[in-house]
Amino acid sequence: MDINPLVIFMAAIFTSNILLTNFLGMCSYLSVSKEIESSAGLGMAVFFVLTLTSAINYIVYHYILVPMDLIYLQYIIFIIVIAAFVQLTELIIERFSPVLYYTLGIFLPLITVNCAILGVSLFMIIRQYSFIQAVLYGAGSGIGWLLAILALAGIRNRLKEKYLPQGMNNAAISLIITGIMALAFIGFSGVAIIQ
Amino acid sequence: MNKKEIFINGALNDNAIWRQILGICSALAVTNLMLNSLVMGLGVIFTLALSSFTISIIRDYTPRRVRMMVQTLIIASYVIMVDIFLKAYYPDMSRALGPYVGLIITNCIIMGRAEAFAQKNNPFNSLIDGVAAGAGYTLVLLLIALVRELMGFGSIFGLQILGDWWVSWSIMVMAPSAFFVLGLLIWFINYRYYKKPA
Repeated sequence: MDINPLVIFMAAIFTSNILLTNFLGMCSYLSVSKEIESSAGLGMAVFFVLTLTSAINYIVYHYILVPMDLIYLQYIIFIIVIAAFVQLTELIIERFSPVLYYTLGIFLPLITVNCAILGVSLFMIIRQYSFIQAVLYGAGSGIGWLLAILALAGIRNRLKEKYLPQGMNNAAISLIITGIMALAFIGFSGVAIIQ
Repeated sequence: MNKKEIFINGALNDNAIWRQILGICSALAVTNLMLNSLVMGLGVIFTLALSSFTISIIRDYTPRRVRMMVQTLIIASYVIMVDIFLKAYYPDMSRALGPYVGLIITNCIIMGRAEAFAQKNNPFNSLIDGVAAGAGYTLVLLLIALVRELMGFGSIFGLQILGDWWVSWSIMVMAPSAFFVLGLLIWFINYRYYKKPA
């Protein structure tokens, strides 16, 4: 697979956005998108963790699991790497920037169970990316996720005082807005007809 | 609570998707075909039931601080079983579902049931609760897939239902329609809940 890593990077942000076309990381996307500031904080944290775990998981997979013939353990190993990395990030941020730690505090441990993180690691293995491609794919997906949650938070902020039909508040309206956003993002690639 | 109440509660009243908005990712991703949804649902029922059961058995011996880690490892082990089973007997299905089988690990429903139910109840009740939550999840998946496959391909479970006159809506097979269909479904169910006198 010799796709230009920059193409993968741009595609991960727009046309094949991890959230809008692969549906990953929906839970925290729906529940944390009420305020722009907390959305931005969570999005930045996801971007950071995604970029670095995709690099670590790539190395672990290709230099430990494949030579030792332990590929079937990939799920367990990946999730341990992610959990350990999130914990480490938490310690480092707490130590060096307590202010950032308190703004992000609650959201950081949540990232472990954000399926976008595990999803990116699994996708990069299935698509047989090289190291550079994998890292740029991780970074692009992180930016794409940040972009999507910021857009939703902005729209939901505007919707606060608006009248909505009964039962449509929160989840239902967020999903429909996300659908419209997904339409727009897919529009970047032109609409393909699936036979 | 008796067994029947646990089941009804887990599958309908407390349905993970429309009441708690958990586990949405896979509900959206695999629902362009009924068959994919059914296989995914069965995988989730298997993982959910057995991991609730296991977590409940060892709940008195797990230190509180590391229980999340223990739960994740138990869930991951069952998911590996599902994955290996699919790869061995249904390689086509395994390819169609792609990474989403592995992503059952991070499906919040499983962790949610473990925390909310299996930590406090006996193993057998936890098993029932797991099956119930899984069945409720499968029900929603099949509902979404019914709409999407019928409109996107004119078929149900691969059987052509609508004739030649039907022009397939390719949008129904693509990502945005999954959001629309689930959003409308949640709206409809909430609306029915609100209309009923409390």
